[in-house]
Amino acid sequence: MQRKQRLSRQIAYFIPYILWIGLFVIAPVVLLVYQSFFDINGHFTLSNYQTYFSSNTYLTMTLNSVWYAFLITFATLVISYPTAYVLNATKHPQLWLLLIIMPTWINLLLKAYAFIGIFSQAGIANQFLHFIGIAPQQILFTKFSFIFVAAYIQIPFMVLPIYNSINELNPSYVNASKDLGATSWQTFSKVIFPLTLPGVKAGVQAVFIPSLSLFMLTRLIGGNKVITLGTAIEEHFLTTMNWGMGSTIGVILIIAMVIIMSLTGGSKRRAKRGMTK
Amino acid sequence: MKKLLSIIVALFAVCGLLAFGANQLQSTSGSTGKKVLNLYTWGDYIDPSLLTKFQKQTGYHVNVETFDSNEAMFTKIKQGGTSYDLTVPSDYMIEKMKKANLLLPLDKKRLTGMANYDSRFMNLNFDKHNRYSVPYFWGTLGIIYNDKFVKPGSINHWNDLWQPQYRDKIMLIDSARDVMGFSLASMNKSMNTTNPATLLAARNKLNQLSPNVKAIVADEIKMYMIQNEAAIAVDWSGEASEMLDENKHLHYVVPSEGSNLWFDNLVIPKTAKHFDAIYAFLNFMSEPKNAAKNAEYIGYATPNKKAKALLPKAIRNDRQFYPDDQTIRHLQIYKDLAPAKVGLYNDRYLEFKLHH
Repeated sequence: MQRKQRLSRQIAYFIPYILWIGLFVIAPVVLLVYQSFFDINGHFTLSNYQTYFSSNTYLTMTLNSVWYAFLITFATLVISYPTAYVLNATKHPQLWLLLIIMPTWINLLLKAYAFIGIFSQAGIANQFLHFIGIAPQQILFTKFSFIFVAAYIQIPFMVLPIYNSINELNPSYVNASKDLGATSWQTFSKVIFPLTLPGVKAGVQAVFIPSLSLFMLTRLIGGNKVITLGTAIEEHFLTTMNWGMGSTIGVILIIAMVIIMSLTGGSKRRAKRGMTK
Repeated sequence: MKKLLSIIVALFAVCGLLAFGANQLQSTSGSTGKKVLNLYTWGDYIDPSLLTKFQKQTGYHVNVETFDSNEAMFTKIKQGGTSYDLTVPSDYMIEKMKKANLLLPLDKKRLTGMANYDSRFMNLNFDKHNRYSVPYFWGTLGIIYNDKFVKPGSINHWNDLWQPQYRDKIMLIDSARDVMGFSLASMNKSMNTTNPATLLAARNKLNQLSPNVKAIVADEIKMYMIQNEAAIAVDWSGEASEMLDENKHLHYVVPSEGSNLWFDNLVIPKTAKHFDAIYAFLNFMSEPKNAAKNAEYIGYATPNKKAKALLPKAIRNDRQFYPDDQTIRHLQIYKDLAPAKVGLYNDRYLEFKLHH
């Protein structure tokens, strides 16, 4: 009797979770997949997928998206790893961490508009360039500014997991490595980095996937000089009203994400096992 | 078991609250009282002092709700659950709403001010004999330039944009129909063409423009042009008039070989309920004095002939916003194209964007 009660209680605890997953994760994905099989006239068809894979435009856009997502992730990683490492050595890491997370409390659009002000012809960045004597430069609407702002926005999501995995690292491994005569570079590349790889992978997942479909920034900061799949989805849903094609691109993005997750996730388990051994 | 019960009760409570909230939200979408008029319009598209005057004169209180795109307005009215009495779609959207049976015909006997309107702006293809709509504002698509960077008078035609000296100087409005449209106009083709080969040619011509294109942006164009960020922009006259108010160096040109002519007209959606108030409002807005006041406040061109005569001379004779007959004759109104054809425009436009 008691066991039965406990069981029903456990099921009850699950209800909100199941409702949430069902309503806000599974149902939308199912709808998206369903929608992707209809053409603009509402006929059931596979033509959306056919168009996607036979059109140069969409394939170029896909390559573009992956390439820019890679660049953004790489830039973020290069900045975040040393930051997380140094953070770990400071006296009050929680305080510094809080400062890094703080910008995520501000709305994305506000941050984008702030950068428009900074990068514009009369903005602070150009005032500084003027001061050091290299005339006004076009900063806004360049690939550089797009990657810069995107990386700025993504950095907290990379720093956090890396910081956690460095924090979890048992210092005796590092000491052992040094005792056994490894140089500091060897210690880093053979011991510290492999052991913190799960954090890096989690960070890459958290940054790469949203970067694939950025669309507000491509227009506001990139001036549509950078075109990603997000741009196409926005256009299909808002102007063309071709929801089928928009959904198809969405489904393909989801599949791409699943592939990335499985690629990075599989080895994460292995690495973790290695760490706890 | 008790816990399970309490959780279920809690869930019901949450559902109840949500239902209540939804109900509340819906009731704000237009009040249903007697002496009201629910106006669904673009943001900042009517002089607020006219609303007070209207209420004083007729006793009807106007509830204003706003939308930011024709498509958003269309979806909201189509889905129902609203009680809008009047809305202000653009030309092609009137055609689309007509086809979707979302409009109620006007009762001409109850309209008193129709004679005030310029006959050039009546009985147009999107609404023959004005069965459904009363003109509200009209405007064009054109080129804005900053005389700090561009010699005044050196840009008069679409083809001028292709000159190599404007490298990286032009901002375009992020709209497939308009960007493809001016490329078509520059080749003396119809801005409503659905011929795939012509659209391809328009895209190829746009590709040649891309070294000159600094950015393709939306509403931000206004801010950038005011801040001297770019020398040239392609945008609508309504936006242009706001820019010109803020920056004295800006000028607006409607290329005489042809461009888009757009209308925003007042229509009665099928959700309307307060017909006395609707006709009182339509007649009120048709009065020359009120239309003139509105035009002066908003800065768009009024289709009301008698109202135009009341405007200050500087506005009335401004060729930028009231182009001459010669130019008006070459302007083209967008037609509501079939979804597949709109798709064609968008695909070519997307290719141009990718060309950068």
